[in-house]
Amino acid sequence: MNKELTKKLSSGHATCQGCGIPAIVRHVLGATDEPVIVANATGCLEVTTTIYPYTAWKVPYVHSVFGNAAATAAGIDAAQKALMKSGKIKKKAKVVVFGGDGGTYDIGLQALSGALERGHDFLYVCYDNEGYMNTGGQRSGGTPYGANTETAPAGVASFGKAQQRKDLMEIVNAHHIKYLAQSNVAYVNDLKMKAKKALETTGPSFLLVLQPCTQLWKFPTSEYVAVGKLATETNFWPLYEIEDGKYTINNVVKNPKPIEEFLKVQGRFKHLFADKNKQVIADIQNKVDENLSKLVKKAQ
Amino acid sequence: MSLEKGGIIKHDISKSPKTGDWAYSKPEVDKDKCIGCETCMIYCPDACIEMVKNKKDVKKKADIDYDFCKGCGVCAQVCPVKAIVMKK
Repeated sequence: MNKELTKKLSSGHATCQGCGIPAIVRHVLGATDEPVIVANATGCLEVTTTIYPYTAWKVPYVHSVFGNAAATAAGIDAAQKALMKSGKIKKKAKVVVFGGDGGTYDIGLQALSGALERGHDFLYVCYDNEGYMNTGGQRSGGTPYGANTETAPAGVASFGKAQQRKDLMEIVNAHHIKYLAQSNVAYVNDLKMKAKKALETTGPSFLLVLQPCTQLWKFPTSEYVAVGKLATETNFWPLYEIEDGKYTINNVVKNPKPIEEFLKVQGRFKHLFADKNKQVIADIQNKVDENLSKLVKKAQ
Repeated sequence: MSLEKGGIIKHDISKSPKTGDWAYSKPEVDKDKCIGCETCMIYCPDACIEMVKNKKDVKKKADIDYDFCKGCGVCAQVCPVKAIVMKK
């Protein structure tokens, strides 16, 4: 076991073979030397790291219910403020929330919005594996258009999910917070840099991190880094940050690969390569181009 | 087995499942090829790779903890010099 990397989250957790979530947690928490308190929404990370009687967490960790991880963080922040006021503690610990896309885009959105608006001092990290992967891959607000999921199955009459992903970054940005960024587990230096900036921010900050799911994006267990890189190289998942409303693209892709490169390595998009679904791939490519040009405009 | 007061569960590695039992293949590091770049260490989902310096080595080389390695093969995939091979 690597001593340095397991200071806050140990080995022995039960995430699937080849899952990148623990890497996200380690690199985010590794970006600060200050004490941290972690709140966690229900999801893959929660069920795999806390199987009784073992816990992989070496830092204080709270899980309450699916939808209120951000409210839990708000409570921890308020409690620390009160303890500071009464002189019981001298320094506040950093509050970090981890939630999946289900616990962030959908079920926890209201709690997140409230905590952001009230300006609590915390970092919210959403590891986005684009679906409810822990329960068998149901569609979420983060699932991309055209993906085959348990509740949006592809078949004779359907090409999979018929709706576009929510633009969570813009929803969070609408709360006027000081720092938010989109990152990718395959780009560790980018992730570490953003985690450091976010943890140094006073008030709420937010990270949206892509986490390719080996089980339900359906690719071999050894490939999460390669698939993650393809997501950014095709501009499906651009890396950018918003500081005080100012957009910066961190990784400008000079010769973007066609979206097929990203789709063809995943079983959840296999059906799109049938003749009748050619238009869906064209639609996805158009949407990727459109989203990128909007982003480039904002970054100018 | 009873819970501690307040329902607090403390980290105790002796209670941890040995996730190495999951592995159906094992990564093997060719120490002559390994350049000590740490790429595998950074991406290993189970943090079971440590950079260790043996007596005869000039640089630190990847060393794998098979107690927790689930055998996913990420390390072999990301290795820039293909010094890690998955073996049955």
